[in-house]
Amino acid sequence: MDFAFSEEQELLRGSAREFLAEQYPLERVGEIVDNEPGWAPQSWKQLADLGWLDAELGLLDQVVVFEEAGYGLLPAPLFSALALALPAIERDQALLDSLAAGELRPTLAWAQQGQRQELRVAAEGAAVAVDGDGRVHGQAVLVPDATTASAFVVVTIDGLRLVDAGDARVTPRATTDRTRRLGDVSFTLAPSVLLVPAADTPAVLAAIERRALVLAAAEAIGVARRAVDIAVEYASTREQFGRPIGSYQAVSHQVVDAYAATELARSLTYWAGWAVAESDELADAACSAAKSSAAEAAVLACERAIQVCGGIGFTWEHVLHRLYKRALWLEAFGGSGRDHRARIAEAIL
Amino acid sequence: MDFRDSPDEAAFRAELRDWLRDNWTDRAPRAGRPEVDLHREWSRKLHDAGYVGLSWPAEYGGRGLSPTYQAIYYEETARAGAPGHVGVIGLNMAGPTIIAWGTDEQKGRFLQPLLSCEEIWCQGFSEPGSGSDLAGARTRAQRMTTLRDGDHWVVNGQKVWSSYAHVADWCILVVRTDPDAPKHKGLSYLLVDMHSPGVEVRPLRQITGDPEFNEIFFTDVRVPVDSMLGQPGDGWKVAMTTLLHERGTLGIALAAVLQRQLDVLVDLAGKPAPDGRVPADDPLVRDAIAREWIEMQALRFTNYRMLSTLLHTGVPGPEGSIVKLVWSEANQRLGKLAVGIQGLSGALEGDDALADGYWQYQQLRSRGNTIEAGTSEILRNITAERVLGLPRSR
Repeated sequence: MDFAFSEEQELLRGSAREFLAEQYPLERVGEIVDNEPGWAPQSWKQLADLGWLDAELGLLDQVVVFEEAGYGLLPAPLFSALALALPAIERDQALLDSLAAGELRPTLAWAQQGQRQELRVAAEGAAVAVDGDGRVHGQAVLVPDATTASAFVVVTIDGLRLVDAGDARVTPRATTDRTRRLGDVSFTLAPSVLLVPAADTPAVLAAIERRALVLAAAEAIGVARRAVDIAVEYASTREQFGRPIGSYQAVSHQVVDAYAATELARSLTYWAGWAVAESDELADAACSAAKSSAAEAAVLACERAIQVCGGIGFTWEHVLHRLYKRALWLEAFGGSGRDHRARIAEAIL
Repeated sequence: MDFRDSPDEAAFRAELRDWLRDNWTDRAPRAGRPEVDLHREWSRKLHDAGYVGLSWPAEYGGRGLSPTYQAIYYEETARAGAPGHVGVIGLNMAGPTIIAWGTDEQKGRFLQPLLSCEEIWCQGFSEPGSGSDLAGARTRAQRMTTLRDGDHWVVNGQKVWSSYAHVADWCILVVRTDPDAPKHKGLSYLLVDMHSPGVEVRPLRQITGDPEFNEIFFTDVRVPVDSMLGQPGDGWKVAMTTLLHERGTLGIALAAVLQRQLDVLVDLAGKPAPDGRVPADDPLVRDAIAREWIEMQALRFTNYRMLSTLLHTGVPGPEGSIVKLVWSEANQRLGKLAVGIQGLSGALEGDDALADGYWQYQQLRSRGNTIEAGTSEILRNITAERVLGLPRSR
């Protein structure tokens, strides 16, 4: 039994933290996402240079990267590419090379209007049609990073297919979390490449879901840790009635509860990452436990931090609302805490 | 990162599991005060089989194994529903403190009988006037020299919330030796023979109806000078060693027992309740049970994280500071949930209740969990100040 990350993974964590703090401090993230094009296009090449887009990276390495990307609210479509699209393009070396080189920015288009949104059942609800020439026709909704992606992995009635963004029509949707916007995408006889045949699609979607839950959890604990750090810093320096407010237990105990929730979720997330990587029999339950507790911890930590920071934490100018909105996005993605607890109940009761 | 047992760990786990299957047959969960005679016999059996002091250094009678083996021991005994060693105060508090602070004579005198359960220990820290504020202890020890007893300490005062004091042979006792010194500096740490004249133990009945804890009264109790751990004035530092061990190693046992209790609850929820309904059909019950399952796993893996950090660096990870806090609240919710799904029958207790009142007892007993071994308020203060670095609250 060993819970420690490897030395390489600790180095990866350190360099990720440093890169994001230097290149994309939270204040700058706000500026970037409040203005067009809503992300930092040059960042994609930087991430490629850092090796983050390399398919060789294991899931636990990615957990480390995503925790830091959550901590820094990286304004790039990393989640769409690595958590959602990657397993679908894994069979195509040219696409993997293009991703690793920082050219391809794929996302996944799986949700249908009026259908359940869980990834693992997306194949059952698939409504995007494919003609004899492999042209896709139909619509997908609530696609993450739809406006910044260079290509869409589309769940069609004939498997997973890749469509170039230039051949799709994207309708941006106003999204609370401006760092990860959603959009609807429609395809009108758009040319496509077959990535995964229909027979294998349910299994690949199940694999995508497991990865996405683990990496969403990893991001969430990054967000939660950042919110706790901000609350601690403010409570240590802000004085009222002649004392730092963090010396009042009504303040400090709120922060401790957020810290505790974060650390519990962190343990579950590492467990889930390991369980998925090793195809452990408890992998699905671990993913549900990690995702539900991490997203809820992130929401709690942000809410406590906003309360601790008082009026300033409630302003647009302060960075906290960016973290809070990401936490809410993550809570909304991939099934709520209640949904995942229902899955766990199904497994144990 | 790897959560599997190493081959050696797996072998140890299998051997222990077999041993428990052959030696512990009573698998029904039990409520109430530990039956000391029964548990003493069980503890000796554990000791004879080599399962006591697993991570203690070999020179003090342990097996010198890594704390991982102690974790496996806790997990497997909890899984089997077997009780722990009755000398829990000795093993987890007095013993490690004696190892850290004791003279060679003290180590030679106390450690072996503690492991073999020939001597049981109790703890004399809390007082009626000082609970969380341990440094406010007022039990006095005055140094005296008489012709009959030579150089010795004379102890007067009262301690409270002492489990096992009614059967204990020895007590780790925090006393005030210098009333003029600042409060943290005036304390000392004594090892007191509970059979000494002037020691009186009175049972303290709790909300469960059980006298699990005791009060201890000290009236002119004579304690030899060589019974002190550390020097006069070191009491606070020595006591911190004790509490570090109390809060450090027990987390894994707590999570393991919680896992076992959750299994029992899952079983209970799947059967018709006395009112004919099956609790597991209720989505709110399902949600609540799943929540506790997640919390239990989170505690388990947080313990493993802390343990890994300990193995790699020699110091337990900071995340360990939240384990007892989180466990105590989880244990309270679990007890409430289990009684709650019984309907009006949940208002019964003892033999009249389901499972001989196990859950009713647990539910009431769990209210003490957020008070004993550091109140939740004190634990939050510790995490705020020592882990998060927030300014001191007092």
